Amino acid sequence: MNVFNIVIAGVGGQGVLMASKVLAESALKSGMDVKQNEVHGMAQRGGSVISFVRIGDKVSSPVVMPGTADILISFEPLEALRYLHYLKPGGKVVYSRVTINPSTVASGLALYPADVEAQIKAKCSNSHAIEALSIAHEAGNAKAVNMVMVGSVMKSLPLESGVIEGVVAELSQGKGVDVNLKALRGGAAAA
Amino acid sequence: MKKIISGNEAIALSFGDSGGVFASGYPGTPSTETLEEVARLGEVYCEWAPNEKVALESAIGASIAGGRSLSTMKHVGVNVAADALMTLTYTGVNAGLILMVADDPGMHSSQNEQDSRNYAKFAKVPMLDPADSQEAYDFVRAGFEISEQFDTPVMLRTTTRISHAKGVVEQTAKIQPKVGEWVRNVPKYVMLPNFGKIKHVEVEARLLKLQEFAESSPLNRVEMGDKALGIITSGVSYQHVKEAYPNASVLKLGLVHPLPMNKIREFAGSVKRLMIVEEMDAIFEEQIRAAGVRVDIGKDRISLCGEVSADIVRAAAGDAVAKSAAPVEGLPQRPPTFCPGCAHRGLFSILSKLKAFVSGDIGCYTLGALPPMSAMHSTICMGASISAAHGMAKVNEIAGRTEKPVAVIGDSTFFHSGITGLLSMAYNKSNALVIIMDNRTTGMTGGQENPGSGRVLQGEPAGQVNIKDLVKVLGVEHVVEINTYDLAATEAAIKKGLETPGPYVLIDKNPCILRYRVKKPTIAVNQDTCTGCRACLKAACVALGLTASGDKPKVRIDPNICNGCGVCSQLCKFDAMSEA
Ligand SMILES: Cc1ncc(C[n+]2csc(CCOP(=O)(O)OP(=O)(O)O)c2C)c(N)n1
Ligand code: SF4
Ligand code: SF4
Repeated sequence: MNVFNIVIAGVGGQGVLMASKVLAESALKSGMDVKQNEVHGMAQRGGSVISFVRIGDKVSSPVVMPGTADILISFEPLEALRYLHYLKPGGKVVYSRVTINPSTVASGLALYPADVEAQIKAKCSNSHAIEALSIAHEAGNAKAVNMVMVGSVMKSLPLESGVIEGVVAELSQGKGVDVNLKALRGGAAAA
Repeated sequence: MKKIISGNEAIALSFGDSGGVFASGYPGTPSTETLEEVARLGEVYCEWAPNEKVALESAIGASIAGGRSLSTMKHVGVNVAADALMTLTYTGVNAGLILMVADDPGMHSSQNEQDSRNYAKFAKVPMLDPADSQEAYDFVRAGFEISEQFDTPVMLRTTTRISHAKGVVEQTAKIQPKVGEWVRNVPKYVMLPNFGKIKHVEVEARLLKLQEFAESSPLNRVEMGDKALGIITSGVSYQHVKEAYPNASVLKLGLVHPLPMNKIREFAGSVKRLMIVEEMDAIFEEQIRAAGVRVDIGKDRISLCGEVSADIVRAAAGDAVAKSAAPVEGLPQRPPTFCPGCAHRGLFSILSKLKAFVSGDIGCYTLGALPPMSAMHSTICMGASISAAHGMAKVNEIAGRTEKPVAVIGDSTFFHSGITGLLSMAYNKSNALVIIMDNRTTGMTGGQENPGSGRVLQGEPAGQVNIKDLVKVLGVEHVVEINTYDLAATEAAIKKGLETPGPYVLIDKNPCILRYRVKKPTIAVNQDTCTGCRACLKAACVALGLTASGDKPKVRIDPNICNGCGVCSQLCKFDAMSEA
């Protein structure tokens, strides 16, 4: 198999790294080569976060080039639009509909564009919006948005859903196992 | 068993597997997780030092006492440790010593973009440059062997994309740590001029031997492919090269100093076009050109600034890259900002209001330089807030200006290199105000312990420096505690500090809310009283937002994000905010 490129975008603190880890571990369990990379540091304080997961027979660079991503998973609409150019022609974007104000908007220095979703639709014919926050709430924890989002793309990945579920169960602790699995399945059902 | 781990985790794992005995470092992105992982693995003694110089010197002591040692830091940390490094290269080691340095090309979270390979050249020490997590693991083992075989410290250099990228790693058989003899050898370890002169000659001879070693070592390997294009590269650039040209001929350098010039010459002679792909400085290229080897593509086509990528490599060689849509322009930026509830927010909203000149430092509080606060006017390096403010104060005095500069520094940075600056202020009688934000953690790098946090790296309890007492002992008479959540009181305290002649220190002791998971009751906005004046937005908090309702948008607070610090409500002139 050639390399399958996944880009995960979001806001610091949303659990982008955990989602990346789930996908990377699932690929390893499936006998594939994996490189996963995100830039942390300043991103933690509510900044924009982008993470790459590359899976396949043999993966060299840890970085996804613009125009080559098979799938973009975004935990926030504005971040989906910001990184949309990473998609290859025909690539798919799945995003959570709940908006989070950037600090520039919160402090009145900029406006959150009203037409973000319309812009995404206009630029990408393969776009899917997910009500991730309400699904996470139903699963029992608003913080499980990241698992909802992983669930929502599960069927589009070259990975078995069962393997992903196994990894989520392994990486979650205590009560989190149930919540995360519920969130994952809720996301899958909504896709 | 195969694991998927980051370069930093791989170095930590290998340190334990390679007979490591002692590790000391200072946090700094992207190096920080290395020592945290050594601590998590729990096999080898490790510690946070107050700064990189202390960390390296401690590792030197450990080596002299017979234990394989590791010192970790980010690129700029080597500047701090350089004094030790430049003479350590003369003394050499007893047990193996590795200095791990993590560079940050692209400046994802750094104040500059220096290339640590310069230090290997400068200090005349071997440097290893791993290209993925597996090599990061393997090169620790190789590093200790080289260190002991050649009696030299070894630099292990990573970059952000090696330190933080995760890849598959397989462990090798564990070497049991054993502590060797604690040697006494005056001519080797006492660098008086007479001994130093002898040692310098040895250093030059060692470099020649290392060069010979580099020629035959499997650390430097040729992957012969299509001979139309030959590429010399190392580190993560190798991965970008493989991505761009899977079939090209490649000379992959693992030992990047000293260079195997014969091997390079031979490789260059066997390919039609020679390209050098290196991030940041033209270290390879300058040496290779100086050796009289023709280079066809190098820094003339690849920038000295920022990271390399597969696209950059292809474009440099004159080939097409995958077309991508242009990024959407004009979107609101999403820069990092103080966490909701952070104690720095109150301080900077007052400093912004008072329009004081703020001599800043490096930590989360540096974000106070960004709009709308815009309340920091210089930030150079760790500790410079206080010493630079001192210089400003002296020139102000000479010029007859009465305005006092305000230095803002965090606890970790104060311990790192602020204490000596304050000592100078007290000693040389500075007319400056210093504000120490003692949140009892090293916040910016993810919340590491420090000598004031009351815990060591492993989490066990430790003594806790009382900064107020320390400041007094240094000779500062006026030391006052403040609470930056109380804006009016903070403003009054700062004004008093600015009006009182001489050195004056204010200390805020509110804990970092992210590190200590502080959760306060949220604040809500009464939509009937809110006039939409936007005064509260100056708090620059992501929990705040304008929502259109009627003719004028009013402010709402997202209860999922707010952490109840009350800064925005104190900025409100209409009493529209209260506990939800
Ligand atoms: C010489 C050097 N070492 C390490 C770093 C990385 N670094 C940036 S800020 C920081 C410490 C911040 O801690 P503190 O001063 O307590 O402020 P806080 O972030 O908690 O507000 C560190 C270690 C650096 N920039 N320079
Ligand atoms: S991590 Fe701590 S110090 Fe840094 S912005 Fe957040 S609360 Fe403030
Ligand atoms: S919304 Fe106001 S009270 Fe809540 S964290 Fe932000 S500034 Fe503090």
